Amino acid sequence: MSSVLYDAQGPRAKRRNVLYTAAFLVVLAAVVWWVYKSLDDKGQLEWALWKPYLSGTEAYSTYIWPGLQNTLKAAALAMIIALPLGAVLGISRLSDHAWVRVPATAVVEFFRAIPVLVLMIFGMELYSQYTDVSSDDRPLYAVVTGLVLYNASVLAEIVRAGILALPKGQNEAALAIGLRKGQVMRLILLPQAVTTMLPAIVSQLVVIVKDTAIGGAILTFPELLSSASTMSSYYGANTIASFTVVAVIFVAINFSLTSFASWLEGRLRRRKKSTGAVIGVQDAAAIAGTAATGAER
Amino acid sequence: MFDFLDKYDVLGAFWTTVQLTLLSAVGSLIWGTLLAGMRVGPVPLMRGFATAYVNIVRNIPLTVIILFASLGLKDTLGVTLGSDQVDTQSFRLAVLGLIVYTSAFVCEAIRAGINTVPVGQAEAARAIGLNFTQVLGLIVLPQAFRAAVLPLTNVLIALTKNTTVAAAIGVAEAAVLMKTMLENEAQLLAISAVIAFGFCCLTLPTGLLLGRVSKKVAVKR
Repeated sequence: MSSVLYDAQGPRAKRRNVLYTAAFLVVLAAVVWWVYKSLDDKGQLEWALWKPYLSGTEAYSTYIWPGLQNTLKAAALAMIIALPLGAVLGISRLSDHAWVRVPATAVVEFFRAIPVLVLMIFGMELYSQYTDVSSDDRPLYAVVTGLVLYNASVLAEIVRAGILALPKGQNEAALAIGLRKGQVMRLILLPQAVTTMLPAIVSQLVVIVKDTAIGGAILTFPELLSSASTMSSYYGANTIASFTVVAVIFVAINFSLTSFASWLEGRLRRRKKSTGAVIGVQDAAAIAGTAATGAER
Repeated sequence: MFDFLDKYDVLGAFWTTVQLTLLSAVGSLIWGTLLAGMRVGPVPLMRGFATAYVNIVRNIPLTVIILFASLGLKDTLGVTLGSDQVDTQSFRLAVLGLIVYTSAFVCEAIRAGINTVPVGQAEAARAIGLNFTQVLGLIVLPQAFRAAVLPLTNVLIALTKNTTVAAAIGVAEAAVLMKTMLENEAQLLAISAVIAFGFCCLTLPTGLLLGRVSKKVAVKR
C-alpha cells in the first residue's frame, strides 16, 4: 500500500512496527482489563443483567421497538417537512430580489447558529402556551419542530450549494431558449442539483436520527434512548447493559446511513453523466457547522 | 419586557457554556490529533483502533454518551473524576463526554487536512532521510493544521451548540437556564430571544473570525 506518509517498509521499519504493535497491544489490553475489572467489581457482568437482551425478545418488543419506532417517526417527519422547506429557503437565497434574498439569508443563518435543544425547548413551550396540542403529543411536536427549524436551514444551504455547483452554461442556455426564471429553476437547475445533493441529504439524516435522542433525554419524548432508562429500572439497574444495547442500535442505523451516503457519493463522482460537482458528505458537515459525519475518501 | 433578566444569572449560565466549550475543545484537540496520527500511521493495529473509534463514536448520539457518563460511569461504576460535589462531577463528566464525542470529528478534520498535503511534500521529506515521526511532525502536520482550520472551526461551532446537551445531566448552562426561566415567567418570546442572541454571539463571530484566519494561514498552492 502507498501513502503520503510512509514508504513500503524495509526490514528495520517492519521490526519497529512489530514493537509498536506490541506496545499498543499492551496498553489496549490494560485498558480492556481495567474496564472488565471495574465492571466485574460492581457486578455489572452478571448474566441476569444481560439476559433480557441476549436471550428472549421481550425487552425488544416491549421497550426497544416502540422507542425505535418513535425515533424513526420523529426523524422521518422532520426530514419530510424540512426538505421542501429547505428547498424553498435555499432557492429564495438565490433570488434576484433583495426582499426575498435577505430575509431568507437571515432566517437560515439564525437557525444554523442556535442549538437544536434550544429550538426544541422553544417548541415545547410554544405548543403548551398557544395551542391545544395534548400534553402526550407535545414532546413529539416539539422535537419535530426543533429538528425541522434547524435542518431546514442546513438543507437550504445544501440546496444552494448544489445549484451553485452547476455550470453557469446550464442557466444561460435555459434563458437563451426563452425559459422564464421559474422555469429555469424548476426544469433545468433543480433536477440536476437534486442528484448531486443526495449524499449530503442522506448524511444529514444521521444528524437528525442522533438529535432525536436530545428530545428523549430532556423533553420526555419516548424514543430509543429514553427506553434505555425505563428498561434499566425494570430489569434491575442494568444501566450498562441497556445503554450498550441502545448504542449498538444507534450505531447500526447511523453507520449504514453513513456508508450508504459515502457509497452514493463515490458512485456519483465516478458517473460522468451529471453536470455539476457532487455535494458530498464532507460538504454537508461543513455546511451544517455540525461536524456531522465524514466520508471515507 | 426584559426586566425578568435581573432575577437570573444569564451571564453565569453562558459562562458555563463557554467553559464547557473551551475545556472540551482543548481536550478533544489533543485526543483527536493523537487519533488522527494513529489513523494515518503505518501500524495496522493503531490504524484499526482509530478507525473503529471514529466510526463507532461519531454514530452514537452525544446525548447517549453524556447520559452514559452520568448514569453508567458515575452512578454505576463510581467514577467521580476526583470530586465529591455533584455539580463539579456533572460538569467534569459532561466535559469528558464532549471530549470523547468531539475528538472523533477533530480526527476526521485533521485527516482531511492531511489529505490536502501533496504527496511530493512527504516524498521530498523522506528523500532527505526523515522518518515517519519527523515527516508527520515537521512537514505534514504543520501544513495539515493550516488546511484544517476551517473544518476545525466547524467542529468548534458544533461543539459550542452541543454543550447544551449537558443539560441532560443537569449542568447549569444556558439551555437549563432557558428551561427554568420559561417555567417561572410567562415570556416565551423574550426569553427565547435572549438565549438565541447569546448563542448567536458565541457561534457567529467564531465562524467569521476563524473563517478569516483559515484564509490567511492556508498554504497557497
